[in-house]
Amino acid sequence: MSILAIVEPRMAAEVLAAAHEFGTSLDIGVKAYSIDAPYTADAYTAAVQELIRKESPQLVVFGHTYQTRDYAPKLAARFGRVLIGDVIAGKPPVFVRQMFQGKFNADVRLVGDGPHFVSIQAGAWRAEGSPPVETFLPSSTTSRQVAEPPFREAARAVDLTAADIIVSVGRGIKEKENLPVVEALAQALGAELAASRPICDAGWLPMDRQVGSSGQTVSPKVYIAVGISGAIQHLVGMKGAKTVIAINKDPDAPIFEVAHYGIVGDLFEVVPALVEEIKKAK
Amino acid sequence: MKIAVAIKQVPLRDSPLRVNAAGTWIDENNLSFEINEPDAYALEEALQLREKHGGEVIVISAGPTRVSQTIREALAKGADRGIHIETSSIDTFGIANLLATALRAESPDLILTGLQSDDLGYGQTGVVLAELLGVPHSTIIMQVEIQPGKVRVKRELEDGWFQHIEMPLPAVLTIQSGLNKLRYATLMGIKKAKTKEIKVITSDGAAEVPQASAVIEKIYAPEKNKQGQIFDGDPKAAAATLVEKLRFEARVI
Repeated sequence: MSILAIVEPRMAAEVLAAAHEFGTSLDIGVKAYSIDAPYTADAYTAAVQELIRKESPQLVVFGHTYQTRDYAPKLAARFGRVLIGDVIAGKPPVFVRQMFQGKFNADVRLVGDGPHFVSIQAGAWRAEGSPPVETFLPSSTTSRQVAEPPFREAARAVDLTAADIIVSVGRGIKEKENLPVVEALAQALGAELAASRPICDAGWLPMDRQVGSSGQTVSPKVYIAVGISGAIQHLVGMKGAKTVIAINKDPDAPIFEVAHYGIVGDLFEVVPALVEEIKKAK
Repeated sequence: MKIAVAIKQVPLRDSPLRVNAAGTWIDENNLSFEINEPDAYALEEALQLREKHGGEVIVISAGPTRVSQTIREALAKGADRGIHIETSSIDTFGIANLLATALRAESPDLILTGLQSDDLGYGQTGVVLAELLGVPHSTIIMQVEIQPGKVRVKRELEDGWFQHIEMPLPAVLTIQSGLNKLRYATLMGIKKAKTKEIKVITSDGAAEVPQASAVIEKIYAPEKNKQGQIFDGDPKAAAATLVEKLRFEARVI
């Protein structure tokens, strides 16, 4: 019996810390492996399956990365299990994960024998201590997926990382036609305009103005989130800001958890009032 | 080509959600429901692929009776027919099993679904489905290009990176929001949808749902950890207080 930690460069130390904590709570050891093969979903599913046969772990721990999301559910299904994905706390047999886009937490209890599968959210465990990581060379890397090297789109036209002040807009703006409301605030402050993913998905602002896990990671002096509820995918892109200000009509919106200052109210009333006050102050 | 789209019905975005009396799920009384947003993009992608390559788009959804409304809306947007598996299960592995059994009978060339649901948010149904059907898959897809006997996709990675992947058909792809522009149902579409077939698979006809390997013990509002100062009340007064903070604390004015 052991804990099996699957380590990739992203989140490596956090995964090791979490695996170590789970191992201590079950009083079993941790075996940590990195897989020495180019990634494809098929190849990594087979590789970790081979490791599970070798180690008979009680629990397999991953970082909740895009790579894990791509293959770990398949691997778990092969063992008749569901991956308990993106957990923020807990230890076996009960883990805590967010549901309904962060509006609720859920305690999820593992049922039945191992192996069970869990992936941890970035930032939820502090990286400390580091059990040795072994490199695992899978016996086969057969894959139906043929992967080409990763690439980036043409250079970003907008570098939000250099901005001192960012005004960022989310779904609360309701319509593209309402964007001038936040543009006026950005202009009054000399700020860059940014957005949460849905705004860029809808094509209301270009993708290179997106802040979050799939967009830019920013740490300005001031980040003003307007009508952004604060899903984890957005928070990871902006929680490094020195001062976070949230304007949202929902007092329970997760964005207020990371805000230093917040206004609960209708952005269509609050933002124009804010622009007026800024103009007075200047 | 035959394209199946697995869709899920979730509470209407921005619905006020409350925990049920047992503390194990949300209280679904007085809630309205709609298609899970990433699934809407998967449906749109399927419709566009059909426009380009011909064939048929089947929408499939597992859930209680109310789900048929969301299937009907997908038919109104242009899907050809629907399959509704009636079940009260919310277990990802169980649902994927039900979908797999129904889809085996259809043998589609391509199966699309959204990358994750707005309620459970596991992001696994498509991947598990691929495993159960024994076909290749790829996730978080931003572009789909059908080639003879195979599909080439653009997969999203972290921090603005992407990757192209090819795999033989049939395959399962989980679709990222924003890869296309959603269409609205036309009046004609809504009218036509009324006559389109929705095959209902009841629990009698459905595959057996395997025992869940994890159960939701309870759900609850996250503990409030607010460190910040919240100004509410009159917008003008709140704005004035905030500007004070921007001037004298953050010092950006």
